[in-house]
Amino acid sequence: MDELIKYAPDLGLGFLENVKLSVVAAVASLILGTILVAMRVSPTPVLRAAGTFYVNVVRNTPLTLVLAFSALGLSDQLGLVFSETPLTNSFWVVAMGLSAYTAAFVCEALRAGVNTVPMGQAEAARAIGLTFTQSLTMIILPQAFRAVIAPLGSVMIAMIKNTTVATAGGFLADAAAVMKITFDTTGASIPIFLGVVVAFMVLTMPVGFFAGWLQRRLAVAR
Amino acid sequence: MSTSVLFDAPGPRGRVRNHLLTVISIVAVGAVLYGVYRGFDAKGQFEGRIWQPFLMWETWEFYIIPGLIGTLRAAAVAAVLALAFGAIFGLARLSDHAWIRVPAGVVVEVFRAIPLLLLIFFIFYLAPTVLGGGDYAFMAVVLGLTLYNGSVLAEVVRAGVNAVPKGQSEAAYAVGMRKNQVMRMVLLPQGVTAMMPAIVSQLVVLLKDTALGYIIAYVDLLNTGFKILPARFFGSLIPAAIVIGIIYVALNLALSYLATRLEQRSRRSRKTAAAPVVAPGSAEVGIAAGQGTEGGGLAPDRPLE
Repeated sequence: MDELIKYAPDLGLGFLENVKLSVVAAVASLILGTILVAMRVSPTPVLRAAGTFYVNVVRNTPLTLVLAFSALGLSDQLGLVFSETPLTNSFWVVAMGLSAYTAAFVCEALRAGVNTVPMGQAEAARAIGLTFTQSLTMIILPQAFRAVIAPLGSVMIAMIKNTTVATAGGFLADAAAVMKITFDTTGASIPIFLGVVVAFMVLTMPVGFFAGWLQRRLAVAR
Repeated sequence: MSTSVLFDAPGPRGRVRNHLLTVISIVAVGAVLYGVYRGFDAKGQFEGRIWQPFLMWETWEFYIIPGLIGTLRAAAVAAVLALAFGAIFGLARLSDHAWIRVPAGVVVEVFRAIPLLLLIFFIFYLAPTVLGGGDYAFMAVVLGLTLYNGSVLAEVVRAGVNAVPKGQSEAAYAVGMRKNQVMRMVLLPQGVTAMMPAIVSQLVVLLKDTALGYIIAYVDLLNTGFKILPARFFGSLIPAAIVIGIIYVALNLALSYLATRLEQRSRRSRKTAAAPVVAPGSAEVGIAAGQGTEGGGLAPDRPLE
């Protein structure tokens, strides 16, 4: 217990980085995922193929590889630099990799949601003369979003837990990295491990409850 | 023409517009690809020299194949253990006795909530303290994967058994079977068919997560292919990432394909009365969400039933 108290400030700062990463990746992946799902149901075969290709490749690549590639490949080798400060740069590199990875899962969740919208809704939208873009943005996606709030919550929870993999992208300031560095001095400490785990649960559980509550509240009455 | 109902079969003006859109999107996708190509080219990523190593048998023999074996070994051991863990705890959660059900539930919920990498770190540092010196990377990866994926599989098992209609167990009790017979002879055989797709998808997750071993220096495909190989062949980092990326994607796509086939088969199957279940926490929407909507299903590449 003493160890946890002693290292709590460091671990807390590390955990704050996880929270920041989560917020950035949540916003970016929801936007990118929505664009991807629009591509995947669009009337243009080229866009559909591009969306499908992206999702299948990214979804089947380990996050560790995505992040390591973002850091060592894109940033170091190809010169994609967000900031002169190495730590800030690796934060944004990891945030980018994590968002790109999570977006594929957001897209899959939304596409499952599109599947739950009854055919009649799309037919009615067409019958009153809405174009593809109009029926997608005014009829289909609002219902699809509401059908998949709980699964999207699960995607977000997985993403929050995945922020620990930031280490692989060379971002050595997050809670997992700090915990590892602390373990190098203290050895495996159960209180420290439990402390970090509880912190993550405090972050993920409300997301789960909130998503479940929102899903019930916004459920489309049919 | 696509049969999607999101858009009408286009008329003359619509066709022109669609052709225009196609051309624009080809240009856009082409521009992105060209941009990537230029970026790679400017940094000399298409030089034959850095791709050369992948044409030599030596590279495959000493780096990629041993790494692949490391990945598959960890995945195979963890998969077997996770399935056992999942079966035991899944059935324990269905127990009629609270003293079995509640602790099993706590274990499953806790291990599902812990970020996997933290668990692996903890085991990696705990093992030498408890078991004495040695290399525990393999053990940490396998045990971490087992506990996490086993907990998810426990939920799959529970959902699979619950997905069997109530009438099945009632009928089994009515013909005089005992609790254990009902589970063993009626519920599990039908439940397993419903679970198969979710189990295979979870195995894809497990296989992907073996790459976390990279962080604790377990000798897996990512480690040999992305850390050791580029150190030996200077400059080959990006080709290495592309090659091992293709290997991972191919492995997982093969497994996912199996999952899709199993799902289609179990949906057609007359051997079970249960609908396929999805893994908890997965992005998929349960079958129940799709039911009760008349006709449902708008995405163009939805498998036909």
